[in-house]
Amino acid sequence: MTTGNSYILETIDLCKKYGDMVAVDNLNLKVEEGIVYGLLGPNGAGKTTTILMLLGLTEPTSGQALVNGYEPFRNPLQVKSLVGYLPDNVGFYDELTGEENLLYTAALNGIGKDEAQKRIKEALKRVAMSHAAQKKVGEYSRGMRQRLGIADVLVKDPKLIILDEPTLGIDPEGIQELLSFIKDLAKQDGRTILLSSHLLHQIQQVCDKVGILVKGKLIASGTINELEQQLVSQEQMELELKAVPWDEKLGSICQAIDGVNKITVQNDMLLLECSKDIREDLVKALTANDYCPTHLTLRGVSLDSIYLRYFHKEEEYYGKVS
Amino acid sequence: MERSAKLQDIKSDWARVSEANKGLATVVRKEVGDHLSGKRFTILALLVLITCLGSLYVAASTIRTTVGQDELDFVFLRLFTTSGSSMPLSFISFVSFLGPLVGITLGFDAINGERDRRTLSRILSQPIYRDALINGKFIAGVIVIAIMVFGLGFLVAGLGLIITGVPPTLGEVLRLLTYLLLSVIYISFWLALAILCSLLFRQTSTSALAGIAIWLFMAFFLNLMAGMIADGIYPINDNSEAGQIIANTRTEQMISRISPAYLYSEAVTSIMNPSVRSIAPVLLEQAYGAIKGTLSFGQSLLLIWPQVVCLIAEMLICFAIAYISFMRQEIRA
Repeated sequence: MTTGNSYILETIDLCKKYGDMVAVDNLNLKVEEGIVYGLLGPNGAGKTTTILMLLGLTEPTSGQALVNGYEPFRNPLQVKSLVGYLPDNVGFYDELTGEENLLYTAALNGIGKDEAQKRIKEALKRVAMSHAAQKKVGEYSRGMRQRLGIADVLVKDPKLIILDEPTLGIDPEGIQELLSFIKDLAKQDGRTILLSSHLLHQIQQVCDKVGILVKGKLIASGTINELEQQLVSQEQMELELKAVPWDEKLGSICQAIDGVNKITVQNDMLLLECSKDIREDLVKALTANDYCPTHLTLRGVSLDSIYLRYFHKEEEYYGKVS
Repeated sequence: MERSAKLQDIKSDWARVSEANKGLATVVRKEVGDHLSGKRFTILALLVLITCLGSLYVAASTIRTTVGQDELDFVFLRLFTTSGSSMPLSFISFVSFLGPLVGITLGFDAINGERDRRTLSRILSQPIYRDALINGKFIAGVIVIAIMVFGLGFLVAGLGLIITGVPPTLGEVLRLLTYLLLSVIYISFWLALAILCSLLFRQTSTSALAGIAIWLFMAFFLNLMAGMIADGIYPINDNSEAGQIIANTRTEQMISRISPAYLYSEAVTSIMNPSVRSIAPVLLEQAYGAIKGTLSFGQSLLLIWPQVVCLIAEMLICFAIAYISFMRQEIRA
């Protein structure tokens, strides 16, 4: 079932229903090879369900997922040997040492013992965990488990890495370290990375592309800039304007500009409601009429604010931590 | 030419089988290692070892005191079946009592334990088929059970030989081997049931309790209930006619036979005691004129064959249900 395009990961009208609840709703996701893709969305938006379908661990209700041209639920082994998966809150066997845990993974991947030992040593060194290789995982801290989880993925040497909420429960310093490490994995090793998160500003620094998932629907996808345009263009924009001289004629100049819907006076400034970004036109019109803008701000419609609105509740809990 | 083609066929078949069971051997190896080095299994195995050695000691001393009193056939088998006044349980009753506990211990947290530790999704995202995990866990459990049962059986047999000094006959050895194999199957049934419980219940403590509850019901209460039900269908008193009494007994037996514990005890008493000639109720006129004697190994095996088949079937059904529900279950917690 190869489709012959350059997407390493693609979903076509992918749906997953649990009874009446729609977890993933006609999802069309496209991820090119070699990029870092961030899947953003509030808790319960269907991120983990999507990931499980991409791994072939859950059967889609309808639609299709393709990983490197393979359908995960039909060809689970091809897909699983290609993809490294770090679940959120990754778990290991507490009674085994870190190295033994990784050896088990390597054996499940059919890697020979000598090769496995070599890869494990390298992977542990890369995540700075060599010192704890012989310690039982039961003694590990949460951050150490996370690093072991990444080493576990690296041992497999996967083409595509899927990280589910990798930043959850790690201290801010650890998050910075993790993010730069993820960047390395993509840029130096040339791997494709899909990571899910509910914190926009945390992952926007590493992601080449971002998709926003709300209630199982992908409402926007693209680079951060594209995303802003896509979302902002759908919204009513509010512009704050102050200008000298401050007189009656100012209002009518503004009214004449294409895209302005409504003008109200608020305290000592004008509030323009418009359907698109008119800042450029506005400044030109003002200077042409010998007005000088002293204050011009786009109010409340940044990507952040839109994103926040979709799930301000979660942000109240987690926003302060980050 | 034809032979090499056949060899090629077998080779490609084998390649297909090993491809379909990728990772199975790895899972089995890891699980066997985990069981054998785990505290839980060590404690139970020690408990079983001590009780079995105790029963051997009692059996040996009882046999010694009864030597010469009546005809003493099958001394070797009596090492396993004899109990004394100080220890009212024999080796076989200890195994039938503690065996299910071992089976439940090995399996009650098979799947929900992986879920608890959050290792399930990580393991299943490795390139293995999903059934490799549950198959591997079951096979590993059966291997550990076999090691324990055969190890104990041979240990007791060897010590018994030293104590009594009576060598076993071929028939006795075959009976012992059959008995041990039967015990492995029986304990594997409880392993399969425990794995099923670990799928049905999300909490490990709940699934352990559920397993023990089913065991208690099967081993003790079903028997009592069978008698009550049989009395309800075919009421009997001192003056009842033979047909009614037989019908009552048959009903009771059939209901009891739902329980693998009952099937196992029927099979074990027959195979370990060559003088048992029938499991079903026998009328006095049927027994009249019969010459007192013992059955050969083959005849004893024939006698318990239905029980053996039922035990294997119950074990497989249990595992099949567990297998199907595991394949259908959602991975996420």
